[in-house]
Amino acid sequence: MNPTRKRRLAIVISVIVAAVIAVGLIVFALQRNMNYLFTPSQVQQGQATQYPSFRLGGMVKAGSIQRAADSLKVSFIVVDADGAMPVEYTGILPDLFRDNQSVITTGRMDDGRFIASEVLAKHDENYMPKELKDAMAKAHQNRKIDDTAMKDTPQ
Amino acid sequence: MIPELGQFALALALILALVQGILPIIGAWRGNAALMAVARPAAAGQGVFVFFAMGVLIYAFLTYDFSVAYVADNSNLALPWYYRITAVWGAHEGSMLLWVFILNVWSVALATFSRQLPPAFLSRVLAVLGLIGVGFLAFILFTSNPFLRMLPMPADGGDLNPVLQDPGMTFHPPVLYMGYVGFSVAFAFSIAALLGGELEQAWVRWARPWTNAAWAFLTLGIVAGSWWAYAELGWGGWWFWDPVENASFMPWLVGVALIHAQAVTEKRGSLPAWTILLSLFAFSLSLLGTFLVRSGVLTSVHAFASDPRRGLFILGFLVIVIGGSLLLYAVRAPKVAKGKAFAPLSRETGIMIANLLFTTAAAMVLLGTLFPLIGDALNLGRVSVGPPYFGFLFVLLMAPAVLLLPFGPYLRWGKAEGRQLTAVALRAGVAAVICAIVAAFFADGHLRAIAGIAGAIWVAAGTLSYVVKRWREMPRGRRFPAEMAGMLIAHTGVAIFVIGVMLSESLSVERDVRMAPGETATVGSYAFRFDGVRETTGPNWRADEGEVTILSDGKVMTTMHPQKRTYSRGQIQTESAIDAGLFRDIYVALGEPMDATDVEGAWALRLYDKPFVRWIWLGGLFMMAGGALAACERRFRAKKVAAVTQANGTTQADGTGTGSLA
Amino acid sequence: MTRLVPFFGFLLLVALFGFGIWWNTQHDQHEIASPLIDKPAPAYALPVLGEAQRTVDKASMLGKPYFLNVFASWCIECVHEHPIMMTGMKQLGLPLVGFNYKDDPQAATAWLDQHGNPFDVVIADREGRTGIDFGVYAAPETFLIDAKGVIRYKRIGPITPEVLDREIRPALAALAKEGS
Repeated sequence: MNPTRKRRLAIVISVIVAAVIAVGLIVFALQRNMNYLFTPSQVQQGQATQYPSFRLGGMVKAGSIQRAADSLKVSFIVVDADGAMPVEYTGILPDLFRDNQSVITTGRMDDGRFIASEVLAKHDENYMPKELKDAMAKAHQNRKIDDTAMKDTPQ
Repeated sequence: MIPELGQFALALALILALVQGILPIIGAWRGNAALMAVARPAAAGQGVFVFFAMGVLIYAFLTYDFSVAYVADNSNLALPWYYRITAVWGAHEGSMLLWVFILNVWSVALATFSRQLPPAFLSRVLAVLGLIGVGFLAFILFTSNPFLRMLPMPADGGDLNPVLQDPGMTFHPPVLYMGYVGFSVAFAFSIAALLGGELEQAWVRWARPWTNAAWAFLTLGIVAGSWWAYAELGWGGWWFWDPVENASFMPWLVGVALIHAQAVTEKRGSLPAWTILLSLFAFSLSLLGTFLVRSGVLTSVHAFASDPRRGLFILGFLVIVIGGSLLLYAVRAPKVAKGKAFAPLSRETGIMIANLLFTTAAAMVLLGTLFPLIGDALNLGRVSVGPPYFGFLFVLLMAPAVLLLPFGPYLRWGKAEGRQLTAVALRAGVAAVICAIVAAFFADGHLRAIAGIAGAIWVAAGTLSYVVKRWREMPRGRRFPAEMAGMLIAHTGVAIFVIGVMLSESLSVERDVRMAPGETATVGSYAFRFDGVRETTGPNWRADEGEVTILSDGKVMTTMHPQKRTYSRGQIQTESAIDAGLFRDIYVALGEPMDATDVEGAWALRLYDKPFVRWIWLGGLFMMAGGALAACERRFRAKKVAAVTQANGTTQADGTGTGSLA
Repeated sequence: MTRLVPFFGFLLLVALFGFGIWWNTQHDQHEIASPLIDKPAPAYALPVLGEAQRTVDKASMLGKPYFLNVFASWCIECVHEHPIMMTGMKQLGLPLVGFNYKDDPQAATAWLDQHGNPFDVVIADREGRTGIDFGVYAAPETFLIDAKGVIRYKRIGPITPEVLDREIRPALAALAKEGS
C-alpha cells in the first residue's frame, strides 16, 4: 500500500474509532439522564416503578399546601383527572407555585409519597403566546401604583 | 396613521428585498453590470424602510399608543420608558422585526464597506441576504404583524413580563441577534462562492472579518444572557441547557470551528469545502434556533409563540434556505482537495481536531435538545434530557481541546517542529502542576477545582509563553498583528472561563434557610444576618424588601436588599441581591414568608457564596474581545480590484491575491 | 456522494420537526390535563353584578347547559375575546353567564358598557374564592356546564374563531347527542 493510501486509511480508521467512542458516550449519557414524566394516576397504576427517579406532573390540589412550622419542609398534593399523589419537598418553592397551578416535580417515590428534589411551576403552555400579558389573576391591592415612588432599582 | 406607515414600510421593504434578491443574481450570472449594480441601492433602500418601521414601533411604545395591539399587549402606562423600548422586542412579533432589522444592519454595512469586492461576487452575497430578508419580511407581514390595531383602544395595556424588566434584557436580544443573524454574512459569502465557482481562497479572506465580528457579538450576547439569568432568575445558576439557550450556543460552537477553519483555508487553501460547510451549518443552526423557540415543538421556560401556522411557515423557509444551500453544496463544493498538503503534526491537523470536537459538541447539544421531540416521535413517552447529559459530554469534549490549546500557535503550518512543542509542554505543564499543588491546599481536596486550575494555568502559561516568544523574536510593530493579538486574548479568555466555571461550580456554597428577623446564618466564610422585611414600591411594582447584613469575621461588610416584587398586573418576581466582587459574589434571594399572614416574621432565604463566578463572564468577554480584534486585521480588507470584469462574471482576484482560477 | 450527507441529514431533521408540529396540533399543548372535566362544577352562590340583593347559585342554573365566562376589566385578553362573545358565542343559543373575577364592580360595569354586554347575567366573585374552586388562575377562561351541573369543557385563554369551530361546537354537538 502506498504511503498516501496508508495515510488515508489511518485517517479513516481514526475517525471511525473516534465516532464510535463519541456515539457510545452520547448513548451512555442519554440513558443516564433521560427523565420520564408521569401523572399521579399513571404512577398509581404502577407505570413508574421501573424508574428510580422520574418527573411527576399535575396540578396542585387547592388547599393541600402545608408548610412545616420550623423548617423549610412543605407538603402538597399533586392531582390529575384520576389520581392524586402526596409530595414532600424541602426548600424554597418557585414564585409561581400556588393552588391549582400546573407543576412538574423531579424526585423519587418513598413509601407511597413522592419526595421531590426539584419543583417547577409551569406557565400554561396555552399562554405562551400571550404570556406577557396579564395571565395570572391576582388580587392587586394597589391598582394605582404610586408614580412618585423613588425606588426603581432593577438589579 | 403612523402604525400603518410602519406596515407600509415593511411592504416596501419586502418588494425591495425581492429586487435585491433576484436581479443581482441574474446579473452576476449573465454578466450584466446594470443588474448587478442594483444590489447595493436595493440593500440601502430596504434598510431605510426597515429602519423606519422599527422606528415607528419604538415610537408607538414611547407614546403609549395602545391602539396598536402589540403595544397594548406588552406595555402599560406605568412601565418606564427604557423598559418600553425593551418591550419592542420582548414578544414574538417585535423580535421578528428585530431580526429583520439586524439583518439589514449587516446588509447595509456590507454594502457600504465592500466596494472593493468584485461586483459579481458582491452581487451574489447581497442577493442571498436579500432573499433571506424576503422570507422574514413575508413571515412578519403575513403571520406576525406588530402593527395590527386593536379597536376599541384600551385605556391601559398589559405588561412586559417582569422577568424581562432588567437592563440585561434590553441589550441581550439585539446583541445576540447581531451574532446569530451576522452568520448570514458568512453564509452569503459561501453561497456566492459556490454559485460563482469562486474556487480561489481570496473570498475566505474577505469573509473572515465579518465572521469574526458576528462571532464576537454572539459571544457577548450569550454572556449577557447568562449574566441576566443569574441576576434575574433567583436561583444563582448561570446556564441551564435550556432549549432557548442551546439554540444560541450551537451556532456559537460551530462558529468557533468556522473562524478557525477560515484561517486554514485563507492561509493555506486547504479544506475549502469544510469551511463552506461550516458556514452553512452555523447559519442553519441560527435559523433552527429561531424555529425552535417559536414553533412550539419544544416547550421551554422562555419560548415564544407556539402556533402551528407559524411553525409551518418557518419550517418551509428552513427547507428552502438550508435544504437549498446544502443541495448547492453537494453539487458545487470544490471537488478537489486543493491547497498545500500538511503533515499529521501541523497546525492544520490541530485545528481540524479542534473543529471536530466543537462540531461534535454542537451535534450532541442538538441531540439532547431535540430528544423530547424524538421521544414523542418514537412513542417513548414524555421524556426530557437532564442537564448532566450536556454538562458531562461537554466537559469530555472540551478537555482535549483545552489540552491542545497551548500548542496551537506553536504548531507550524504544514509541518510542526516537535522540539518546540515539547518545550512549551514542559513549561506549561510544570506551571500547571505547581499551581495545582498550591490549589490543593486551599481547595480542600475539591478535585474539580484543582483540575480547573491545572487546566487554566496550562492554557494561560502556554499562551503567555508564546507571547514572550513573539516579543523576543519579532521587531517592534510586527509582534502582534490584530489577528494574532485577537487569538492570544481569546485563548486567554478560555483560561479565565475555565477557572470561573470549575471554581464556582465546585467551591460555591448554597443554603436555603428559614430565618426569623435577627437570626444569623453562616455560609462559606460569611455570616448573614436577616434584619427583617419592609414594604417598598417602584414605578410599576410594590415589593417586600428584606435587609440582610453580611459580616465577615464579625465586621459588617455590606447590607443587601433582596426583594419580592408584585407587579401591577399581579406577576411575582424575585429580585435577588448580589454583592459583586472579582473573586466572589454574595447572592441573597428572598423565598417566601413562612407564614403568609405575617410578612414581618420569619422568611425562607436562599444564601450563596459563589467564588470566582464573575470569571465565567470575564472569560467570555475576553473571547469576545479577541474575536473583535481579529476582525480588525488589516490584512483582511480587500484592496481595490484593479482588473476588468470578465464576461462570465468572475474577476481577477484583488491585487494581493494569488489569482488562481480553477 | 458524501457531499449529500448533510442534505439528507437535514431532511431527516425536517421530518422530525414536521412531525413535531403535527403532533402539537393533535395533542393538547398542556402536559397536564385539567382535572375538572367531567366532574361536577363546584357549588357556588354569587351576587349579581350591580344588584347585590340578587344571588345566582348553581342549583338555579341546572336543567340547561350554559357557558360560564371568566372575565375582568383589568384583563387585556378579554378585550380580544369580547367580539366573539358578542357574536359567535351568543349565536350558539346557550345562556352566557359572565363571571366577573376579582374585579371592582364599577370598573366592571363601565367595561361592559364600553365593550358591550353579551351575558344573560353577570355574577361577581370579588375575592376570587369561588374562582379557586373552579380552578381559575387566569382570565379569560370559559366553562361549558351541562344540564346536570357537570363541567364538560374548559377553555383557558381567549376564545378564537378556531377554538369556537374546533373545540366548542364539537363539545356542544357531543352534548346534544347525549340528549343531555
